Amino acid sequence: MTINGWLQIAVLFTAVVLAAVPLGAFMAKVYAGKRNVLTPFLAPVEKGFYALAGVDPAREQSWRSYALAMLMFNAAGFALLYAILRLQGVLPLNPQGFSGVAPDLAFNTAVSFVTNTNWQAYGGETTMSHFSQMAGLTVHNFLSAATGLALAMALVRGFARSKAPTVGNFWVDMTRSTLYILLPLALVTAVVLVALGVPQTLVASVGATTLEGAKQTIAIGPVASQVAIKQLGTNGGGFFNVNAAHPFENPTALTNFVEIWQMLVISVATVFAFGRLVGDNRQGRALIAVMGILLLAGVAITYAAEAAGTPMLHDAGLNLADGNMEGKEVRFGLALSALFAAVTTGLSCGAVNAMHASFTPIGGLVPMFLIQLGEILPGGVGSGLYGILIMAIIAVFVAGLMVGRTPEYLGKKIEAKEVKMAMLAVLILPTVILGFSAVAAVLPQALAGLSSAGPHGLSEILYAYSSATGNNGSAFAGLSANSVWYNTTLGFAMLLGRFAYIVPMLAIAGSLAAKTRLESSTGTFPTHGPLFIGLLVGVILILGGLQFFPALALGPIAEQVLMLAGKTF
Amino acid sequence: MSHLRPALVLLVLFTALTGLAYPYAVAGIGQYAFPAQANGSLIVVDDKILGSDLIGQNFTSDGHLWPRPSATTAADPADASKTVDAPYNAAASTGSNLGPTSQKLAERLTASAEAWRSAGLPGPIPGDAITTSGSGLDPHISPAYARAQVPRIAAAHNIPEAWVNRIIGNFVEGPLFGLFGEPRVNVLRVNHALDQMSP
Repeated sequence: MTINGWLQIAVLFTAVVLAAVPLGAFMAKVYAGKRNVLTPFLAPVEKGFYALAGVDPAREQSWRSYALAMLMFNAAGFALLYAILRLQGVLPLNPQGFSGVAPDLAFNTAVSFVTNTNWQAYGGETTMSHFSQMAGLTVHNFLSAATGLALAMALVRGFARSKAPTVGNFWVDMTRSTLYILLPLALVTAVVLVALGVPQTLVASVGATTLEGAKQTIAIGPVASQVAIKQLGTNGGGFFNVNAAHPFENPTALTNFVEIWQMLVISVATVFAFGRLVGDNRQGRALIAVMGILLLAGVAITYAAEAAGTPMLHDAGLNLADGNMEGKEVRFGLALSALFAAVTTGLSCGAVNAMHASFTPIGGLVPMFLIQLGEILPGGVGSGLYGILIMAIIAVFVAGLMVGRTPEYLGKKIEAKEVKMAMLAVLILPTVILGFSAVAAVLPQALAGLSSAGPHGLSEILYAYSSATGNNGSAFAGLSANSVWYNTTLGFAMLLGRFAYIVPMLAIAGSLAAKTRLESSTGTFPTHGPLFIGLLVGVILILGGLQFFPALALGPIAEQVLMLAGKTF
Repeated sequence: MSHLRPALVLLVLFTALTGLAYPYAVAGIGQYAFPAQANGSLIVVDDKILGSDLIGQNFTSDGHLWPRPSATTAADPADASKTVDAPYNAAASTGSNLGPTSQKLAERLTASAEAWRSAGLPGPIPGDAITTSGSGLDPHISPAYARAQVPRIAAAHNIPEAWVNRIIGNFVEGPLFGLFGEPRVNVLRVNHALDQMSP
């Protein structure tokens, strides 16, 4: 590790917070329906959309109606995307002449993009036409992120309102998320990325003749528009197979900086917006502190592990100071690769600028564990906020048990219904991840997809189901995931991880909205101070550890021990 | 079912807006304002495309700087269901994805390290010299790896090592603002300069 490496990391986090504070204030205005700087330009578009869609923006929905609208919209999105992928061969903008995507892969990919996972069982440049990339995948990069933001706002209203029968209007929240927040940010940052070297053209490939006379075909296309939104929307699905490690997706250290900033900025701003919307900025800052502490710890451990390298690299005679460069790009080096890996998994982004499969065992454990903690550090766009609020509910419940008092959070009594629903949501993750992993670990057609023997093979499986269920999308990519078994089961893991979590979460939102908001008294446990921050960090780590430590012990931890003993497989 | 109409109408409207208008707008602005970058930062000499500034290429001649090993493959011309090694195949990016306890990786590293030593190169080996990159298309190598290749390149061109060192030195890029990224050398740029020096 170097001081320069840490400086890069410090500057980046500062840049995120500096942008997220005003963006959070702007978002709070947008969701409250207040006039903002973009209103003069976008309000007519917004009104036009509502008129065509038959939406009355003033009419709010109960949590059930909100959930149904969200499910209907996502189901329609899935159907359209599945159709586009299957029919790719006869649709326009297919200069590569790709044929339709196979049914299992189309199912997996459509689910993947609708759930904001962007698990990619395909190589973008060898599978997807420009039409599929643009009108198929890019659209859902926007809409799945907008869905996440809308859902987070429904839960925030649950806390902010008193005795309210409704939690907002899904169509309005989704439309405003896309028009006012995602689209303007994507447009501006996509142009910035083009200026910094990311291509944007409708050509499919360029033929070059090298200085030594060899031919090289360079795949290219509308890259910048997709990269900008897949980072901003914490989707992560790249234009190319290797995602942001590809020099066209991420050509320089500066684009790398921009892309990490993009991943973090909306999720962090959403937490600041939450503070404003519940009328107490300290509440947002406390959650930011929890996220920051755990994420920074993840960055530090990954960075240290990668800088330490592996015995295999040392035995081959590689320079000790250069660390583990297998699967990493020279322009990013160790610091920016470790930072990207921790951020992309602390968020539910899943874009990668280095191959996680080639990380050291501990360097690879961190991304996996950050996903398993529930994608809340700071988590995906919208989903990170509702995820950490569920954890906060559990934390105040634990605190309430300790002092024997009915827990409160933000002036709402947390009672049996909320705690049950929160536990239901939290248990989805271990059930799906460990259930599918356990089956895959003994099933021949699942084991056939492994590229490694020994504990690294188990890590490939565990990472895949963690990534799918956590809606992350990164991978230990040695796994040959484009098989009927993995396409199908990972598809269901993504659906469960997204929607089986959302429904109980919305039930909490509805139940909270109906309650009276109490004034805090001297007996109220303050949820903005260091004690609560420490408690929430502890609850997150203990829950995640209890659920996943046994599996991790058989995967990356066993691999670390065996690696130090000089074993290979 | 009152949700059906908004679901379908908004899906169509947003597909048009974010799936067509948005990427075309970025393409329009990009092609107008930054045509070189928008088209892939291509290096064109005498109307021929040499490659891209951003995409690595495979070089094997003694007079050229060699890149890092690459894990990319291509379909086997003899049997399309199989793949063969095809370093720097920019039509299908991939990393090795080999993990820290992979026997295959150990064998590959040992073989590369032996080749390094038998070529009389000094140790320790720079971290990037025998490891594959994440993309398989890394256009850069570390300055240390570039310097290690100087004697071979100088001998092939029959010129003093100092000349080669000077050329490489011209292409060493430091971190941006002295902070972001790592020091690196663009392999294609150096090789182009080497070729221009000795036709």
